[in-house]
Amino acid sequence: MNRSPYLTDAPSVTSIMLRVLLALVPGIAAYVWVFGGGILVTLALASVTALSVEALMLKLRGRPIRMFITDGSALVTAWLLALALPPLAPWWLIVLGTAIAIVLAKQLYGGLGYNPFNPAMVAYAALLISFPLLMTSWPAPLTLAEIQLGFVEQMQFIFSGALPTGVALDAVTSATPLDYLKTQLTLNHSMEEISQSSIFGSLGGQGIELIAAGYLLGGLYLIQQRIITWHLPTAFLASIALIAAIFYLADASRFADPAFHLFSGATMLCAFFIITDPVSGPTTPKGKLIFAAGIGFMTYIIRVYGGYPDGVAFAVIFFNICVPLIDAYTQPRVFGHEK
Amino acid sequence: MLTALYVMIGLALLLGIVLGYSALKFKVEGDPLIARIDAILPQTQCGQCGYPGCKPYATAIAKGEADINQCPPGGDAGVHALADLLGVEYKPLNAEHGEPKPKSVAVIDENVCIGCTLCIQACPVDAILGAAKHMHTVIASECTGCELCVAPCPVDCISMEPIAESPANWKWRYPVFEIKPERPVQKKSAA
Amino acid sequence: MNAIVNISRLLKDRLAKTGLSRFKGGVHPPQHKLESTTSPIRSVPVPKYLVLPLRQHVGNVSKLQVATGDHVLKGQLLAKADGQVSAAVHAPTSGVIASIGNQLIPHPSGLPDISITLESDGKDQWIERQALDYLAMSKPELLDHLREAGVVGLGGATFPSHIKLREDTRHPVRTLIINGAECEPYITCDDMLMRERADEIVRGIEIMRYLLDAEVCAIGIEDNKPEAIRAMREAVAKSEIAINVIAVPTIYPGGGAKQLIKVITGKEVPSGRLPTEIGVQCFNVATAYSVHRVVNHGEPVISRVVTVTGNVAHAGNYEAPLGISISELVQLAGGQAEDGDLIMGGPMMGFNLPAVDVPVVKATNCIIVPSAEMFPDPEPALPCIRCTRCADACPVNLQPQELYWFSKSQNLEKAREYDIFDCIECGCCTYVCPSNIPLVQYYRYAKSEIIAQDRAKEAADIARERNEFRLMRIEREKQERAQKHAQKAAGAKAETGADNAVEAAKKAAIAAAVERAKAQKAEVVAKNTEAVSPRVEAEIAKIEARRAQQPEPLRQPEQAQLFAESQEAEVTSASSQVESLQPLSKDKQPTEEAK
Repeated sequence: MNRSPYLTDAPSVTSIMLRVLLALVPGIAAYVWVFGGGILVTLALASVTALSVEALMLKLRGRPIRMFITDGSALVTAWLLALALPPLAPWWLIVLGTAIAIVLAKQLYGGLGYNPFNPAMVAYAALLISFPLLMTSWPAPLTLAEIQLGFVEQMQFIFSGALPTGVALDAVTSATPLDYLKTQLTLNHSMEEISQSSIFGSLGGQGIELIAAGYLLGGLYLIQQRIITWHLPTAFLASIALIAAIFYLADASRFADPAFHLFSGATMLCAFFIITDPVSGPTTPKGKLIFAAGIGFMTYIIRVYGGYPDGVAFAVIFFNICVPLIDAYTQPRVFGHEK
Repeated sequence: MLTALYVMIGLALLLGIVLGYSALKFKVEGDPLIARIDAILPQTQCGQCGYPGCKPYATAIAKGEADINQCPPGGDAGVHALADLLGVEYKPLNAEHGEPKPKSVAVIDENVCIGCTLCIQACPVDAILGAAKHMHTVIASECTGCELCVAPCPVDCISMEPIAESPANWKWRYPVFEIKPERPVQKKSAA
Repeated sequence: MNAIVNISRLLKDRLAKTGLSRFKGGVHPPQHKLESTTSPIRSVPVPKYLVLPLRQHVGNVSKLQVATGDHVLKGQLLAKADGQVSAAVHAPTSGVIASIGNQLIPHPSGLPDISITLESDGKDQWIERQALDYLAMSKPELLDHLREAGVVGLGGATFPSHIKLREDTRHPVRTLIINGAECEPYITCDDMLMRERADEIVRGIEIMRYLLDAEVCAIGIEDNKPEAIRAMREAVAKSEIAINVIAVPTIYPGGGAKQLIKVITGKEVPSGRLPTEIGVQCFNVATAYSVHRVVNHGEPVISRVVTVTGNVAHAGNYEAPLGISISELVQLAGGQAEDGDLIMGGPMMGFNLPAVDVPVVKATNCIIVPSAEMFPDPEPALPCIRCTRCADACPVNLQPQELYWFSKSQNLEKAREYDIFDCIECGCCTYVCPSNIPLVQYYRYAKSEIIAQDRAKEAADIARERNEFRLMRIEREKQERAQKHAQKAAGAKAETGADNAVEAAKKAAIAAAVERAKAQKAEVVAKNTEAVSPRVEAEIAKIEARRAQQPEPLRQPEQAQLFAESQEAEVTSASSQVESLQPLSKDKQPTEEAK
């Protein structure tokens, strides 16, 4: 059979996915440092759910199970969702979210390579709409919490919702910086007063900025490994920084500075791991810039004017819809053609 | 409440004007329908559809007198194209009008030909050359393979020969790769 | 990120220093060139049988000039070029034509094609050879010599060279580029030719430059061939004309004609056009060498250098007579192969030979005897994950993933819209695909399907035209017959003497019609008389020319007349065409109303 080229030199899909998981490790390490080991339980739970649901769906769809289960894409989706959910979210929320991501957002569309939306973000948005309270109650970083839960206690909480005797829920939770900012601004407090709160760190949220730095590190590794290109993260971060700077310069008392927006919420995770999902993203270099800048812009708008503290999920899904359009209008100039 | 109503009505009016204007301004002059149908038909002029040629068949389709599945040389692809053009449901080729065959050309056995000119008169594209009492010959490149010349020949000297694949007209095949099913069960569920 | 920007800036700076530009994309596959460059080009003993396909080039199949049983000498013409885009075939040795018929040829289709089998007499006796004093010859004469000598592009494209060497007054060639890049892995035939026969190549370039009257001559060689660059530089220094030897960066597919032109001149050949439009022409070094052999030695193209490499004991380059069985060549190199194993061409763009027993042709630059470890079977293809590695690697800046979707779903119109015909099938996209998708296979399929569809459409258009013409002719004949009847009837009525005003008007109309018919007839007759306008004379000449081209049986008087008549009918009556077209346009009206 004719099949030239006979030579290939490409990393397998599996190795790409595994390197994405590897790139998440610094962020996860920071996460454990800041919020405790509970996240490891969440990650494990999501992984097991994702793999079993994926296998089940492949079987139902009559697809080769081993070939697709070993590609690692389900694990990436599971980890991204787990990292986006609040730590200490109940086990059934994690299982439900992962199942939504794999079944609804991925397999029902045709599995690997065919999902028009980012599966992790679809699941996140579905959970956020269905369980707004659970999805917005974050534990306080360990350094700020009145009572620090150990790994076993966190695990107990995830599975049973039970806290150690004598510990009130308020003692372990706190508002996230983005949430706090929003509430305080509606109470007409100025930026200066708000940023005095202990939950604010030097750049973003206390502790959260460390996690963001971890993601940044992992993202740079992905670029170095040529698994993602610079286009998406750069355009996304630049777009958020730019629009935040414009608002900040216009009225520093009512808008947070760009650094805060870059290092809080899911900004870094989004920049290097979520919008870089190739399947649901655009393919042209110019299209990537537009896509990422658009998500950055929309994320900021939702953060400042929307009903939710962070807007990454909705912005990503919205721009996923626009991908075919973006691609169609940003076709690069082909060799020997005039533009 | 009332404001909303006004806004909606105003919007509707505005969009209506824009749409109406662009419908007039950017109107695309299409070919007449018959020509567009005719462009899809393979121009074999074989008459298998029951009409005396491709154009009459196209006319009949345009008038709604003929169905879109009466052209075997056009094949399945032709029916699909017609269904797309006319915005109707695809239907499989009507077997009454014949089966699609590989493209062929007529070949005259020149030793047998008596020069009766009957085939020349039958040929819809003037692809047969010859004169009375002289041997006839087919211009292979012009022959559409309609077979209309076969029946009139009194000595049965015309045969249809399928065009053989050669390095000159060979096509690359659609890539098909065998994926070994992991278990026979999956074959069943896939089928 | 900064690192990448810096690297690309560095690269740009380096290129700016050398004055070269670069094309986007490309890949760096392992070279594997050392294996076949350890020993000089080896000669090959003339085998007992040689098989010479008549289709070894782009264009028309060449016309047979010999019959079975003829004795021919080495270098004798066996089949001559048919038309301009065609090339001649010559006997690589002296011997007897054993048979003429279909034989397996080295073609991806694996189909047989018409070939001459030559049985060697072992004497290897040349025809009379004569060097040409080309500077004293007219250019068309020299081009004719090249056409008769079967010179085609030996880089693999096998396009007849005499056409590319014609002077084009609209697009004069300023820059002559000689392609010695040889970017594909494993292949070293051009490399070895440049190392060993640099002077001869330069002689060939001088002839090409003379024919094209080019102002600038450049040889592009990838910088992984320092020996070849050195050899060419030395040879060029001895030449009377200025030839620039340029070391181009090693990147696949830097040896593609359009890519090399871009690197050296910075200009892009417009899509679907020829390089001459930007004043450039490009030839392979081996082509320059064969031009030299033809002109300065009177030797037609009867052999070429072939790289035999891979799983063989003596990998190297062999100067093989055209027509030698590839299996013999492989045996000579100490290898063994089974049908379907061998690859002709490089590992990026080559193809599997249908059998080992196919002849070496003008396009055979390399034979790879693969082992299982060299080119393992590809992993099963996964779905495309749109990672766009293919787009990054594509040297023509296509979006391979889009073309793949379109080709896979047989959405051929869309594939064409996304410029699938700009794809050079270099294989870079498949080379980097993490999902192991055989992208190029899909493009080849889509391209040949589109070409077939276009051909069918063209044939349908011709058939429609001919059918309409026939209907028109029948209609006209009917009208003429009706006119004749009317004329007769009117004549009869006039005799009876019944004439009123209506009759008179009718009569006048009929008379007019008769006049018209007469005039028409006269015009038709006038065609074959002496006193005609120059335009009509030209028409007659054209028809005569067409008649002369028709096969033998047509020239019989009556048939020829019939043919000529139908031709004349085509050129004469523009007015009657309009008339007989009217019924057709009437047909159209109801639908327009219906719409």
